Amino acid sequence: MLILHCPYCGVDADETELSPGGEAHLKRFGPGSSDEDFQDYLFARENPRGVHFERWRHAAGCGKWFHAARSTDTLEVFGTYSAQTTEPPKEICDRISGKRPGWTWRLFG
Amino acid sequence: MKRYSAFAIAREALNYHTGWSRAWASPEPKKRYDVVIIGAGGHGLATAYYLGKNFGITNVAVIEKGWLGGGNTGRNTTIIRSNYLQDPSAAIYEKARSLYEDLSQDINYNVMFSPRGVMMLAQTQHEIRGYQRTAHANALQGVQTEFIGPERVKELVPIIDINGPRYPVLGALWQPRGGTARHDAVAWGYARACSAMGMDIIQQCEVTGVRTENGKVAGVDTTKGAIDCDKLGVVVAGHSGVLAEKAGFRLPLESVALQALVSEPIKPCMDVVVMANTVHGYMSQSDKGEMVIGGGTDGYNNYTQRGSFHHIEETVRALIETFPMISRLKMLRQWGGIVDVTGDRSPILSKTPVEGCFINCGWGTGGFKAIPGSGWGMAELMATGHSPLTEAFSLDRFKEGRFIDESVAAGVAH
Amino acid sequence: MSTRLANQGRLIDRSKPVKFTFNGKSFTGFAGDTLASALLANDQMLVGRSFKYHRPRGIVASGAEEPNALLGLGSGDRFEPNQRATTTELFDGLESASQNHWPSLEYDIGAVNKAFARFLPAGFYYKMFIHPRPFWKHIYEPFIRQSAGLGRAPKDRDADRYEHFYAFTDILVIGGGVAGLLAAKTAAQSGAKVMVLEQTAHWGGRAPVDGGTVNGTAVADYIAILVTELEAMDNVTMRLRCMGAGVYDHGYALGYERVTDHAPSLEGPRHRLWRIRAKQIITATGAIERPLSFAGNDVPGVMLAAAMRDYAVNYGVTPGDKVIVATNNDDAYRTAICLKEMGVDVLRILDARDTGGGELMEQARELGIRIDCGRAIGKVSGGKRVKKVAICAQAGTGAALEEISCDAVAMSGGWSPVVHLWSHCGGKLTWDDSLSQFRPDPNRPPTGADGQGFVVPAGTANGEMHLGEIVSDAVAAGKKATQDAGFKAKRTAAPRGVDTAYAPMEPVWLMPRNAEMELRTKTWLDYQNDVKVSDVQLAAREGYESVEHTKRYTTLGMATDQGKLSNINGLATLANALDAKIPQVGTTTFRPPYTPISMGSIGGEARGEVFQPIRRTPMHDWNEAHGADWEPVGQWRRPYAYVRDGETVHDAVMRETRNVREAVGILDASTLGKIVVKGPDAGRFLDMMYTNMMSNLKPGKCRYGLMCSENGFLIDDGVVARIDDDTWFCHTTTGGAERIHAHMEEWLQTEWWDWKVYVANVTEQFAQIAVVGPKARAVLEKLGGMDVGKDDLPFMEWRDGILGGFDVRIYRISFSGELSYEIAVSASQGQALWNALRSAGDGFGMMPYGTETLHILRAEKGFIMIGDESDGTVIPQDLGLNWAISKKKEDFLGKRAQQRSHMTDPTRWKLVGLETTDGSVLPDGAYAVGEGVNANGQRNMVGRVTSTYYSPNLNKGIAMGLVLNGPDRMGEVLEFPGTDGKIYTATIVDPVFYDKDGEKQNV
Repeated sequence: MLILHCPYCGVDADETELSPGGEAHLKRFGPGSSDEDFQDYLFARENPRGVHFERWRHAAGCGKWFHAARSTDTLEVFGTYSAQTTEPPKEICDRISGKRPGWTWRLFG
Repeated sequence: MKRYSAFAIAREALNYHTGWSRAWASPEPKKRYDVVIIGAGGHGLATAYYLGKNFGITNVAVIEKGWLGGGNTGRNTTIIRSNYLQDPSAAIYEKARSLYEDLSQDINYNVMFSPRGVMMLAQTQHEIRGYQRTAHANALQGVQTEFIGPERVKELVPIIDINGPRYPVLGALWQPRGGTARHDAVAWGYARACSAMGMDIIQQCEVTGVRTENGKVAGVDTTKGAIDCDKLGVVVAGHSGVLAEKAGFRLPLESVALQALVSEPIKPCMDVVVMANTVHGYMSQSDKGEMVIGGGTDGYNNYTQRGSFHHIEETVRALIETFPMISRLKMLRQWGGIVDVTGDRSPILSKTPVEGCFINCGWGTGGFKAIPGSGWGMAELMATGHSPLTEAFSLDRFKEGRFIDESVAAGVAH
Repeated sequence: MSTRLANQGRLIDRSKPVKFTFNGKSFTGFAGDTLASALLANDQMLVGRSFKYHRPRGIVASGAEEPNALLGLGSGDRFEPNQRATTTELFDGLESASQNHWPSLEYDIGAVNKAFARFLPAGFYYKMFIHPRPFWKHIYEPFIRQSAGLGRAPKDRDADRYEHFYAFTDILVIGGGVAGLLAAKTAAQSGAKVMVLEQTAHWGGRAPVDGGTVNGTAVADYIAILVTELEAMDNVTMRLRCMGAGVYDHGYALGYERVTDHAPSLEGPRHRLWRIRAKQIITATGAIERPLSFAGNDVPGVMLAAAMRDYAVNYGVTPGDKVIVATNNDDAYRTAICLKEMGVDVLRILDARDTGGGELMEQARELGIRIDCGRAIGKVSGGKRVKKVAICAQAGTGAALEEISCDAVAMSGGWSPVVHLWSHCGGKLTWDDSLSQFRPDPNRPPTGADGQGFVVPAGTANGEMHLGEIVSDAVAAGKKATQDAGFKAKRTAAPRGVDTAYAPMEPVWLMPRNAEMELRTKTWLDYQNDVKVSDVQLAAREGYESVEHTKRYTTLGMATDQGKLSNINGLATLANALDAKIPQVGTTTFRPPYTPISMGSIGGEARGEVFQPIRRTPMHDWNEAHGADWEPVGQWRRPYAYVRDGETVHDAVMRETRNVREAVGILDASTLGKIVVKGPDAGRFLDMMYTNMMSNLKPGKCRYGLMCSENGFLIDDGVVARIDDDTWFCHTTTGGAERIHAHMEEWLQTEWWDWKVYVANVTEQFAQIAVVGPKARAVLEKLGGMDVGKDDLPFMEWRDGILGGFDVRIYRISFSGELSYEIAVSASQGQALWNALRSAGDGFGMMPYGTETLHILRAEKGFIMIGDESDGTVIPQDLGLNWAISKKKEDFLGKRAQQRSHMTDPTRWKLVGLETTDGSVLPDGAYAVGEGVNANGQRNMVGRVTSTYYSPNLNKGIAMGLVLNGPDRMGEVLEFPGTDGKIYTATIVDPVFYDKDGEKQNV
């Protein structure tokens, strides 16, 4: 039963207010992209056992999407941040590095 | 290996059962095998078993990080059905179901397959149409199902309330030869049969690397040393992504929590398995008398084997609506499993970009019922390079847009 | 015999007798009794039968850990199976019945005698019943099923109600014993919000029974003071009869409050489930005594030593006149001393330790109790109650040195901390050799959202067994939780607890140590599931070496007590069999709930009518009053048809369908989704959302649009109207409003967040009424106020205006092929406008129509329906909707996906019309067959029916379907096998069956 802090409305939202939206920071591939890139964009997922970046919507709250950096093996939350960004803020990456030295993720870390 | 029978039990009873031998051997790994299977769950063990039985390949090791059958094989709600809509699904699940019919005799281990009937309730007009469509498809796929009316539902399941105030039961898709089996026994029975064929089941042995040479699989590194092999089967459910990465390719998989619960045991009151997809819940009664209950998955990546309690609430609430008498039963235990879900929620049984390396994963919430069929097809694919049972489940379908979508007729899979 | 003593019992009120029944027999107890203590007071030793062998079972414990005394309580719609007598408070009129026997508790033919039990070792069913195959389903399994289960199934709808409460607290204390109360007080003094849960009806836990002093005050009095202090604090919530049921991630916990179980005549819900969020959780859940493993340890009258002490001190009940005590630790001496002081004959204390115990042993000896050290119970005899005990050397194989007649045995194998709640969310354990117990490992607590531990164990739950250590540990736990919750703990010295010191205990996992096989097959580990020492040894021998394997193979610990008594003894037996150390073997996972909780409480209030919310249109009540046959669509209810007196539903549908084509119909279309999209980039945005071009739509006009997912599949359709330069109004399907609104928000917020677009779902702000049919215009004209003529309001345009005094927007759009107006009005005006239109329609033969008529009308025109023609696997190209897919746009959601090889495959099934060769109706969902079978032996299929109806306007069956190369095969006949055994034949035709040229809608 997660609690995530919604960076928009400031509420520490119970999981029942939230809807999960899968992996964050996916780069969209549209017309003109290769079959491989398009497949990976739609289906290839990190699925790490550990540090993960994901999207959530405060569906039964302010309605806004946001991002969370979370561990999938302990459910520790390293931070939540704006959905209007292509990568996590440095302070969240630093916090993760402090807690999980050597962590990696496909796009950064 | 000592054969199991009532006579054997009677004979052993005289010596207080001190004469029983190990059900499976527990050897150290050899340097080389023809085939190495990673993962001693139901699917991995069944693959090994049919490699031996159907293709005479017995120089096989099944490597397991923990204890055999300790993953989702041992933590599901044991439902067996094959009333799927799409051809490839109906084929593999029906193959599995039909193998379950004779499995106890085949492997000389009572897996208690009980074809007590599986019923999927239709509670909206949309579901009626979906299940009628499935019944038509099943008839052509060789799967015996029928669409039945509410009176017949009530006759088969006397404890059901077909006149619920919100979602009255309008009918059901009924598969009389669906049912349940004893989940642990499936893993144990296959393990014993594999061991009897001379295969090595190596528990407490983690694979740390996959070795390839010129794009072809060469072997695996494990915590019990390096093992060479010609062919490698990766059958490790939620851990597939990690192993695929070791072998150098990516998978369209995500791991999420699926929860289930049981009530305290009561005297038999429901023979069939009932699934109610509109309200999201399903229930059967085990031979011990527990009501075995499941629902939907959590929607986020999770490896903790714990889920969120509000899903339990939703499932129980749905089933109280459907079976009002369970309100005064008590929940004995709830648990979670981690299921690996693909982009179209159908499994992957496939060759991989690495020659000689095969993958079987992505069973999501529906793996247990498929075990014998999955093992059968996977063994054929690994032995011959082709299997009609697995063909449609190949990895390249995600690139081609050739999905196998079972959510068409019913919302919840299990 | 088991009797009530003359003048003991701190919890009972002897002035208030309470009548109850057991198996139909009337008994009397006292207020304050549990059902268990009252049964024992009435010499009812036999209370049930075990699961597998149906062996006689008596009460063995005094609390939540009881595995045997499971009774059916109540009757009719208040019957509940499997309730523990030990946790059931007695009330006047309580009805109870024992379980799992036939014909009666005393004479159960299911009882398996000694000789036969031999054939049923652990896992016997895996080895038996294999041949012949059909026998499992038809003979073996039905037999096994009938003998399975414990209580009988309730039959009726539950008469009680249940509720959910939310609570937010800084610190949750689970367990109201001395440790929990003291930890709570320590925490509360910091000002933190504290909530304390106690599963029983009394504060204090075991301490008042076990004795000792705190700061010189008798511990029972000290507890009373603590409770008074806590109750006086505003920041403390105290709940009795409320069990901490489970601990979940991020500080979530469940409290299970049994509100009226003890007094059904009280008003209120039966149970209340507390959903609690706490920053820190203190588990002061105590410890559970372990049975000793000796032959016959399951005979009624053999009881945990501390339980026997509880019955004596709390309820003034002794389960026997002549008692033998067997132990491996000092604590059981307390039972001997307490019974002796109450005048019960304590025949012997058998202490398995060669050197015996410490100070308590001396006290017992002084009271004149004979103590035999290094001695063990070889075997307890008696069928339905203890008759005699054979004494042997603990070091031996069980040769009897002496036999003594007695009627009760108290046993103690040491204590196990209750670590369940610590473990639920991932807290790890460490093995304590000196006490032979698993205790919480303080270095590996369950961790919360911040990655820090959020559970703190306290007192005996933390492995502290003496009052002095318990109170200091409780204060330390209170302080730690306070600080970790972000409060400043007050500097206070821990009180000083004093009780009698113990000599070290000695692990005894089998009694006697080398018991011969004959004895081991009668030595029970799991009383309810009939698992014996020999079973666990068999499992180990057969290779079921993991603790999970052994548990599942033998069913050890899987009974309703979830192994509270059997777990450690079973683990130790397995470890011995494997020649391993206990911590190496490990434990099984602890899963919630701590003890079983009612399904009713989990479901809460939301049952029956309020199971899920119902969404109602402004005309809902009118619809209901006028014969609506409801169809649930999402959480909406829509009229399927308006059925008149004497009509069937089918009759009504036929009548309504004909009437729309011949006169005029009126439809409550309010459930259609309505989404406003506004802003400088709205057109650009909609061009991405829809396959069609929407940016070039002129204000005042409408366009039918298709939406696809990024994966290419059709997800929704509807009419889009352009309102002004930067405003569009999008209609969605009934089920689609929330989904599509969320879909738009997702793309706007997470992909094109720099686009200036605002989206609002206004579905419920408007009522929408469709007036459809050749006389539709006449109806609107009668109402007056707006020009709705062919040229004033052409097809696929909209106008705002005042219609019959209502401020409306009229869309001239058609889903039926008829002259059709959809009129939107503020939701509050919906019913009034409906009434006005009904009155205006009076002279024109207007009838309301439902969803089925809507479906038939659109099918007659070959219009697709999302959810029928589309099912998540269909792309617009399959449906011949290429005209609605813009070729000019570089990009839209789904465009790239639709370029993949399978999507452009010419063999995809395509939409056609289907007309049966005999005019009958094709079965819904039927498939068309081709030649032969595929590689898996399945019949080859070449198409399927997506919609099928009887058209009363065409007087024949009409259908649409997706068919392989369909559009190229007009006139061909396909075969559709029905599930009724018939083969239906249908000709491939154009999907537009009615008014192909669209003349009726363009008038």
